[in-house]
Amino acid sequence: MKAMRVVWAETLIELAAEDERLVVLDGDLANSTMASMVDAACPDRFVELGIAEQNLVGAAAGMAHTGFVPWVSSFAVFLTHRAADPLRMLVAQTRANVKIAGAYSGMLTGVTGKSHQDVQDLAIVRAMPEMTVLAPADEHECRAMMRWSMGYDGPVYLRLARDPSPAVFDETYRFAPGAPRVLRSGRDVALVATGVQTPRTLAAAELLADEGIDAAVIHVGCVKPLDEGLLVNTLAGFDTVVTTEEHSVIGGLGGLVAEVLSARAPARVVRIGVQDEFGESAPNEFLLDRYGLSPARVAAQVREVAR
Amino acid sequence: MVDADLERLARRGRYLVMKTVHDSGAGHIGGPLSAMDMLISLYFRVLRVRPEQPDWPGRDRFVLSKGHSAVALYTVLALRGYLPVEELATFDKGDSRLQGHPDMTRLPGVEASTGSLGQGLSFGMGVALAARRLGQPFHTFVMLGDGEIQEGMVWEAAHAARRHGLGNLTAILDYNGLQQYGWPAADGDGAKGNRRDPWHGFDPAAMFSAFGWNPVEVDGHDPRAFIAACEDARGEGAGALPTAIIAHTRKGHGLSFTEGDFSWHARVPDDDELERARVELGIDGSGVPR
Repeated sequence: MKAMRVVWAETLIELAAEDERLVVLDGDLANSTMASMVDAACPDRFVELGIAEQNLVGAAAGMAHTGFVPWVSSFAVFLTHRAADPLRMLVAQTRANVKIAGAYSGMLTGVTGKSHQDVQDLAIVRAMPEMTVLAPADEHECRAMMRWSMGYDGPVYLRLARDPSPAVFDETYRFAPGAPRVLRSGRDVALVATGVQTPRTLAAAELLADEGIDAAVIHVGCVKPLDEGLLVNTLAGFDTVVTTEEHSVIGGLGGLVAEVLSARAPARVVRIGVQDEFGESAPNEFLLDRYGLSPARVAAQVREVAR
Repeated sequence: MVDADLERLARRGRYLVMKTVHDSGAGHIGGPLSAMDMLISLYFRVLRVRPEQPDWPGRDRFVLSKGHSAVALYTVLALRGYLPVEELATFDKGDSRLQGHPDMTRLPGVEASTGSLGQGLSFGMGVALAARRLGQPFHTFVMLGDGEIQEGMVWEAAHAARRHGLGNLTAILDYNGLQQYGWPAADGDGAKGNRRDPWHGFDPAAMFSAFGWNPVEVDGHDPRAFIAACEDARGEGAGALPTAIIAHTRKGHGLSFTEGDFSWHARVPDDDELERARVELGIDGSGVPR
């Protein structure tokens, strides 16, 4: 079980050796995002741009349109909120070949509190045309998504988690954009999860199984583009679909699933995630419990609606 | 005579700006007219470009960060041969390559999509950074508006460009003294035109100098001085200081009724005003400058 940020940096070092176009642009957080490992391993591929995220994203667009593939290193909240406008105009609108690595996404940001937590990033970047939006469940998926992103000519947002989380996949995992993945089949209720909320959702399904509730678990690692037909088929037959994410219930995975199903195959969609509120400083276990994201809290919420 | 050629081109360019905005019923006037002399000098004397091959990798890059002056850029690109002059009639009309603000995905020759102010210098510093890493000798010029540099992102880019020693990057400040609405003027406080100079009480050259740039002040309506400043800036080369050309201009310059009047920031000339412009600019009935 490796921290995603370490895998991110290791994969960048591998990709840098394979592709001379790769550069990493940092906004003075390299020793948090672990881009510092790239700086140490291949300093000629590392560019420090200081505490200025708008310029960071804008410069990345300029480099991308001059032949480089910049990977931008900062916290998700600064990239998707503070730099939202250059992300919109210079990256998305020009289809710049920039990879935005939103480190420290979600609620678990190392006891920093609501100033650094980002539970709106999926909603923001998902609403931008031309963006590909990826939220890996574990280190294996993260690595595979990065390899795919390097070969894809266009802007990608990669939602990264700070802390280690249990592996869902293994080394054989191959990423294909658009496709939701069934990780566990079940008859009673469908649980749809994204990012590192997926391993917690699998654990919740185990708890529910102990009580006789047979829950399917579907992972949406590729939030955009999404194969909507495949999602509809996957969820066919379920009266209740529960989404669960370390993100606001507004505009993220829950919004996405509700949008798709309401138009194509109406079902009851219950959205588990951070409610319409900001977070706070606390240890991870406290936050997962308080904001309804721990396996036990997810199981409890599903129990309410699955009977 | 070099300057006479540029002067005629600039008069034709000014008329095309007035006519294009008149015909489309939308667009900006003041900024395009203040920038016109510099854009003509850039595209006809300074920039090493190939209009027949807009994506030539060795070309100099020009970023119009003050994207609302798009109509001036399109006009000069047309005069330089990137697109037919007749295409200016499609400006803002739908399905056009000539968007209200420059769109690099639609029109070859437009180096950056701009419009939301303050972002072009970041894009340009990224290009300059890339050029240096590639060992490419081309130069990147970014034109900023004086109102625009109230955006903080400009100074993020200014700081980072100096940190990286991007002598292959030049900012051109179209210091025309007026912004869209701006700051109220008061008697005797250095008012420029009918509103206050956006930087009254400040010194933009000193601001860039404080960020480690090499500031040069020129008359932006004097092609000879402006071209010399651009060539000096290019001569700095990678590794030296980035240059900020503080170009003193007048908003709406070239027409008696638009110059120094902030209300012409984005105003559509009526038939009479277009005719008046034609006469003042010495344009004959077929649109050609005398």
